[in-house]
Amino acid sequence: MGIEGIGARVQRKEDKRFITGKGRYTDDMVVPGMKHAAFVRSPHAHAKIAGIDASAAEGMPGVIAVLNGKQLTDDGIGNLICGWMIHSKDGSPMNMGAWRPLADSTVRYVGDAVAIVVADTRSQARDAADAVVVDYEELPAIVDPVKALQDGAPQLHPEAKGNLIYDWEIGDGAATDKAIAEAAHVTELKIINNRLVPNPMEPRAALGHYDEAEDHYTCWTTSQNPHVARLVMSAFYNVAPENKLRVIAPDVGGGFGSKIYIYPEEIVCLWASKRTGVPVKWVCDRTEAFLTDAHGRDHVSTVKLAFDANNIVTGMKVDTIANLGAYMSLFSSSVPTYLYATLLSGQYNIPAIHANVRTVYTNTTPVDAYRGAGRPEATYLVERVMETAARELGVSPAELRRKNFVREFPHQTPVIMCYDAGDYDASLKAAMEAADYDGFPARRKEAESKGKKRGIGMSCYIEACGIAPSQAVGSLGAGVGLWESAEVRVNAVGTIEVLTGSHSHGQGHETTFAQLVAERFGVGLDSVSIVHGDTDKVQMGMGTYGSRSGAVGMSAIAKALDKVETKAKKIAAHLLEADEGDIVIENGELKVAGTDKTLPWFQMALAAYTAHNLPDGMEPGLKEGAFYDPSNFTFPAGCYICEVEVDPDTGKTEIIQFVAADDFGNIINPMIVEGQVHGGIAQGVGQAMLEAAHYDAETGQLITASYMDYTMPRADDLPSFQVSHQNTPCPGNPLGIKGCGEAGAIGSPPAVINAITDAIGTNKLDMPATPEKVWALLHSH
Amino acid sequence: MYATTYHKAKTVDEAVKLVGQSESGKFLSGGMSLLPTMKQRLAAPSDLVDLRHIPEMKGISVSGSEVKIGGAATHYEIKESAELAKACYGLHSMASVLGDPQVRYMGTIGGSLANNDPAADYPAAMLALDATIHTNARTLKASEFFAGLLETALEDDEIVTAVSFTAPEKSGYEKFRNPASRYAMCGVFVAKTGSEVRVGVTGAGADGVFSWDEAASALSSNFSADAIKDLAVDPGELLSDLHGSSEYRANLVKVMAKRAVESAR
Repeated sequence: MGIEGIGARVQRKEDKRFITGKGRYTDDMVVPGMKHAAFVRSPHAHAKIAGIDASAAEGMPGVIAVLNGKQLTDDGIGNLICGWMIHSKDGSPMNMGAWRPLADSTVRYVGDAVAIVVADTRSQARDAADAVVVDYEELPAIVDPVKALQDGAPQLHPEAKGNLIYDWEIGDGAATDKAIAEAAHVTELKIINNRLVPNPMEPRAALGHYDEAEDHYTCWTTSQNPHVARLVMSAFYNVAPENKLRVIAPDVGGGFGSKIYIYPEEIVCLWASKRTGVPVKWVCDRTEAFLTDAHGRDHVSTVKLAFDANNIVTGMKVDTIANLGAYMSLFSSSVPTYLYATLLSGQYNIPAIHANVRTVYTNTTPVDAYRGAGRPEATYLVERVMETAARELGVSPAELRRKNFVREFPHQTPVIMCYDAGDYDASLKAAMEAADYDGFPARRKEAESKGKKRGIGMSCYIEACGIAPSQAVGSLGAGVGLWESAEVRVNAVGTIEVLTGSHSHGQGHETTFAQLVAERFGVGLDSVSIVHGDTDKVQMGMGTYGSRSGAVGMSAIAKALDKVETKAKKIAAHLLEADEGDIVIENGELKVAGTDKTLPWFQMALAAYTAHNLPDGMEPGLKEGAFYDPSNFTFPAGCYICEVEVDPDTGKTEIIQFVAADDFGNIINPMIVEGQVHGGIAQGVGQAMLEAAHYDAETGQLITASYMDYTMPRADDLPSFQVSHQNTPCPGNPLGIKGCGEAGAIGSPPAVINAITDAIGTNKLDMPATPEKVWALLHSH
Repeated sequence: MYATTYHKAKTVDEAVKLVGQSESGKFLSGGMSLLPTMKQRLAAPSDLVDLRHIPEMKGISVSGSEVKIGGAATHYEIKESAELAKACYGLHSMASVLGDPQVRYMGTIGGSLANNDPAADYPAAMLALDATIHTNARTLKASEFFAGLLETALEDDEIVTAVSFTAPEKSGYEKFRNPASRYAMCGVFVAKTGSEVRVGVTGAGADGVFSWDEAASALSSNFSADAIKDLAVDPGELLSDLHGSSEYRANLVKVMAKRAVESAR
């Protein structure tokens, strides 16, 4: 490793512009003649649109146009789609209702877009949007996913009878039922995974620009995957063919999944630009973000975990109802199925698993992947039931887990996944040592003497990253492949540009990806630039989500670097009159091994472009591309331990310590990885103790639609984290990387709740563990 | 936010005149509630008349046991005043935990009192200190000033120019924050002067700030947390919302009152 190569704690190259306010976000983009948009949104959770009267709005100052869903339909703009087909257990395809980018007959959640106003200024657009009169005929609304399935519930979509989207299962039901029937002990738990609002720092935005002379569209947007956005807008929404549509996702301020999806607004801005003849920009405000960014989680489950007389797990049965909201967002169907139920084996040998998952429509914001996406739901369920089982069986939670750990790899679970590598004992041991687990009873006693209740809880999580291989996900219903692409361009002066299909919206790719190149060729980080986020510059790519950019994105770069290295060595061998096999690359030089003959990197590059003296038949230039399709998912895993102190007078919980021991495979930049863990734990603690989206059961209004009511984690809610790594390299990709972006959010919620339930002596706690909830539990039993 | 016209008043009279002449003007004294409301397009005053720079409304004076604080004094100034910290520890302590640093630099005591948010801190102190509220037209006792949620005795052209009170022997403030907004879900201010004790409670009352007289009378004979351990607040008179039921708030009132007594100095 060089000082800037793999494993180096290099400071982030991109941070200078971010922390000095010089980032370039979608809202910073200005196009000549650009106008501003505001959306007219439904104030009702469920209603028929009897009519829209825009006459007053159209006459207001600065207003250029008010456009509605009928006009959008007339122009042939298609429905929004869900790109992952799930079949119910009876073989029928999922029941997908129509989602119009602008609702033309029915609105199904508060915030559903009904019309767009384009005006000279943002204020004028908003004033006019307020003046658009929509005649709504209100319908009864349903927000609770369990009640939505019951007879007599208000119906959302004619395509989905009983609001049921699909009724899906995985695993062996008969074997699992047998295991439970024959068990020495069965632990049963009802688990609610609370609905979350993603809240990236930068709200969504879109700027659509139609160039009439070229018949060409450009869309600047806050996307985690601009190429997928272009593909979907082109292939399904009929906005424009791909060659007539450029999508640019410039600096993007966080996404957490919510910026994967194609939303109505970017489609409508592009269409409105053609309709009005002016570039149209829309920037979401925070209230709109609460109402319309795809939410996360929202599961209601029951789990039964069966043990034999030796406390060995023999089976697990799960029944889950997942709320997908008013419409099926782009990848919503995959989250409670292949990203959730396939992880129910946790870190354990479980011979029989069966899970049944029903997804339902409700009059709420669409739900899709949010940091972790299915895996936090699985981990929360598995780790809460494990901890509860240990308490019921009267054994140490660590020992019960240890007894059931998977230790031989590869390990085929009963739910599709085949774990490739891991050492679960190592992370458990490291976490317990770091947390001084053995010293806990003394600490609890001391807390008691101060009138406080201490608790300790653990979570041994496993997750699956890299979502792959393409052929496998295709067979499971994915509408896209899940590979990644890279192109490495060595310039004539030896500097290097890497074009990646991954997209950085906070992850630090400009640094870590450059470190990979620095490691390979011994060049400085400053001479490597990472290019991403523009479909006109970068070859087709799949974007960033699912902790895939290290394992998949960097593997594609590594493959392209292989090709560059091969050609560079050929050129050097030719110029140095040596055998290609004797050339080594070190510290920015190509050397003939065992001699003092060297060729500086830049001279090799120059030779490639002058082409005055290249090997016979070699093409000039030095630029190579690669597509990498993984052979398997990767399986990051680890152990988190949380210790809390509860004030019984108020129910307020303080996290005393939080230990994370993770196996992420090989690590490129430990500083960035630790930052990802810190951020992930902050969001996990947020879910466990603070955050929840609440809807009014009658009106379907989002009650927690601002920071006055939706509790975001703040610095003083969190302790200093103790983070360590016990890595086993991933055998499935050339760099041995597993991925680290989501682990913190996946592993932490059950650790927190297990700690609080330990402190207060009941297992009945649901997230978020607010002071009131904890106090009420303490005073009710 | 709707368009508005900003004015920086130099005197109280000028401020009153400017609002009087405007179509739907409002006084601005920090704007820590008004500005977010405007940003959400829930308020649209035609004019904002800023009171923060009026010299006669600034400053904190402690003369013997008499304390006077200008209506435009910021929370930060109140927190930082060494004289005030000595004269009234409870108010100093309250200003130290009021909002966050940004709010403390911008927000003012006059603005907060005039708004009378049910979760604002100062109203509890004003009641417990039996303070006098000075306006450009009159003086009122705190008990006459607060009139329910977001309501006060102020007329439209009336400005809180100052507050004054006699320094208590001992005072203390403890609050439990709403986890989301970080406003007081329950804040209790306790002040003791001789055998007289007053207890002001904010954040919890269904009608806004209130005096907990039962606790005050128990504390007047025995100023210790023990004195109120068997008392209870009627949940029927308390707020209930997403973050805390009235039962939970009733508990918090008692717990915070005990802690305020314990921390009083």
